[in-house]
Amino acid sequence: MTDEPHLRILRNAQFQDLVRRRSRFAWTLAVLMLVIYFGFIALVAFDKPLLAMKIGAGVTSLGIVLGLAVIIAAFLLTGIYVRRANSEFDALTARLNAELQP
Amino acid sequence: MRRFLWVSALAAAIGTLAHFGLAHAAGALEGAVDRQALNWAAIIMFFLFVLGTLGITYRAAMQTRSAADFYAAGGGITGFQNGLAIAGDYMSAASFLGISGLVFSSGFDGLIYSIGFLVGWPVILFLIAERLRNLGKFTFADVASFRLEPTSIRILSATGTLVVVAFYLIAQMVGAGKLIQLLFGMEYLYAVVIVGVLMIVYVAFGGMKATTWVQIIKACLLLAGATFMAFMVMQRYGFSPEAMFADAVRIHPRHDAIMAPGALVSDPVSAISLGLALMFGTAGLPHILMRFFTVADARAARKSVFYATGFIAYFYILTFIIGFGAITFLMTDDSFYTAGAGGVINRVGGLIGGTNMAAIHLANAVGGSFFLGFISAVAFATILAVVAGLTLAGASAVSHDLYAEVIARGHSNEQKEVRISKLSAVVIGIVAIVLGYVFENQNVAFMVGLAFAVAASCNFPVLLMSVFWKGTTTRGSLIGGFLGLTSAVAMVILSKAVWVQTLGYSQAIFPYDNPALFSMTIAFVGIWLFSKMDSSVQARAEQAAFDAQYVRSETGIGAATAHTH
Repeated sequence: MTDEPHLRILRNAQFQDLVRRRSRFAWTLAVLMLVIYFGFIALVAFDKPLLAMKIGAGVTSLGIVLGLAVIIAAFLLTGIYVRRANSEFDALTARLNAELQP
Repeated sequence: MRRFLWVSALAAAIGTLAHFGLAHAAGALEGAVDRQALNWAAIIMFFLFVLGTLGITYRAAMQTRSAADFYAAGGGITGFQNGLAIAGDYMSAASFLGISGLVFSSGFDGLIYSIGFLVGWPVILFLIAERLRNLGKFTFADVASFRLEPTSIRILSATGTLVVVAFYLIAQMVGAGKLIQLLFGMEYLYAVVIVGVLMIVYVAFGGMKATTWVQIIKACLLLAGATFMAFMVMQRYGFSPEAMFADAVRIHPRHDAIMAPGALVSDPVSAISLGLALMFGTAGLPHILMRFFTVADARAARKSVFYATGFIAYFYILTFIIGFGAITFLMTDDSFYTAGAGGVINRVGGLIGGTNMAAIHLANAVGGSFFLGFISAVAFATILAVVAGLTLAGASAVSHDLYAEVIARGHSNEQKEVRISKLSAVVIGIVAIVLGYVFENQNVAFMVGLAFAVAASCNFPVLLMSVFWKGTTTRGSLIGGFLGLTSAVAMVILSKAVWVQTLGYSQAIFPYDNPALFSMTIAFVGIWLFSKMDSSVQARAEQAAFDAQYVRSETGIGAATAHTH
């Protein structure tokens, strides 16, 4: 295996910067999604009365509102990631590529 | 030769369709008059869909030459198109009819499933989508075997793929047969044969390009139909969800209980286990993972997940409204029910065709017989599109993973590989028809759950560990992956759904409904432990190769061109 170029990239400061920023951001969002989802599941499993609670004078329960909120949160989180990735991470990757190509 | 095959397949499909049209006309003589009219609308619209998609298949077949064309549509699908296609793969008839039916019968509980199916997507986006595109070529096995020993890893991945495809396909075929029997008044066997023949034609002739476009068209039709239904329901309540919920609580026999979690998720362990299977199963479904190779680069892969998540989220909100609409529109109308003993109507289970038909009946209630025909045709189209995707994934595992790498040991050529793939699609289609027929009267509901559990316990851990953990070795992946696979299958067999409800024993040996919590743990611990214990020369070489894989997975440098081992 003659894989010298990858060692050069691995030591590149721009590469390290890109990877550090992106993985921190991606893992933060992933953990956030897991917390939101398994928080919701934990409520379903352990505290059904809380989810059955009414949020106003009507019949709409807290569970319905939280459930829909989880759906919307999932979409928003993907939007947040794509927004930053499309601008910042793609620009960093392009710069890195330009630097590596002589 | 190809043209001749295509024409004869088309003739066969039309012949079968014509036959069922005649059979239906004969049956309609005994049936109610309005029933005949609405069935014809469905048949004509479905026929148009089939003609249109066969036209697309023909065009795709003309353009499909290389292996990249066949497996990955030449990489020419845009992020938006791929997002629609992924959403289409996901919006199966099972999730459209099943979830709206679940909301119809138990309200809030339906939401738990929708959410579980959705939340896997953000995680796929953050951690997997771009890396998959950067590392892979046609199947997820390309990624898992990037730095590991290809033969054994491909055997493992292909086994995981084929097991998932088999269970998913049986469930879809049986569901298709039952649904079409009910909607079109057609014989079960004819329905299964039509679905099987059409999916063979799409996949064997049109490859990924045809499969993707069939999926896109169907996704648009389904989203349009569901939007119309939800709109009609909301319009009745002046677009106030509270007014709709209040009416549903008043009408539903369980009243206020439908607004809170019910009996669906009985104990905490089952709840968490189900949650894990739904969330991470998605990230291990082979027909979904394949879609990431149809786009040009990591950026397009990322965009496709964003669009897909949006469409799927929107779709699940629609099914929730449709389920509640079904409660308020159908439960007050006796004509949608068959009365039980003594003329008493069960407002939930007494629905004609069962609770899974809630969305279909609602289509009739809000849009009349023409719209009912439209939704019936869309439901049929949905099944076709999903089984086509599954067949392609299965065929690719056979040709690209098993044949090219394991049997021919890398000494195959593209033409031969694509030929094997087409042949596999035909064989898988025939097997699916036979299994669909054999399983007609079996309880297959657990099979989708099993497919998700296997995907979450074998494909997903193997993929994730090979990409993220430097220490992963071939031996670790192999042992951990097979342990996850076998433990998931064993636990499902020993659980209530199979052991008691199918095999007829009185007491389930595995006490929970879903094995994912345990089988995923077994898989991850297995991969970790057996990689740690692996001190072979090969293991050290594999760990050393991680850096190169890491650079490519993060930057895409070197991607898009075929990699060599």
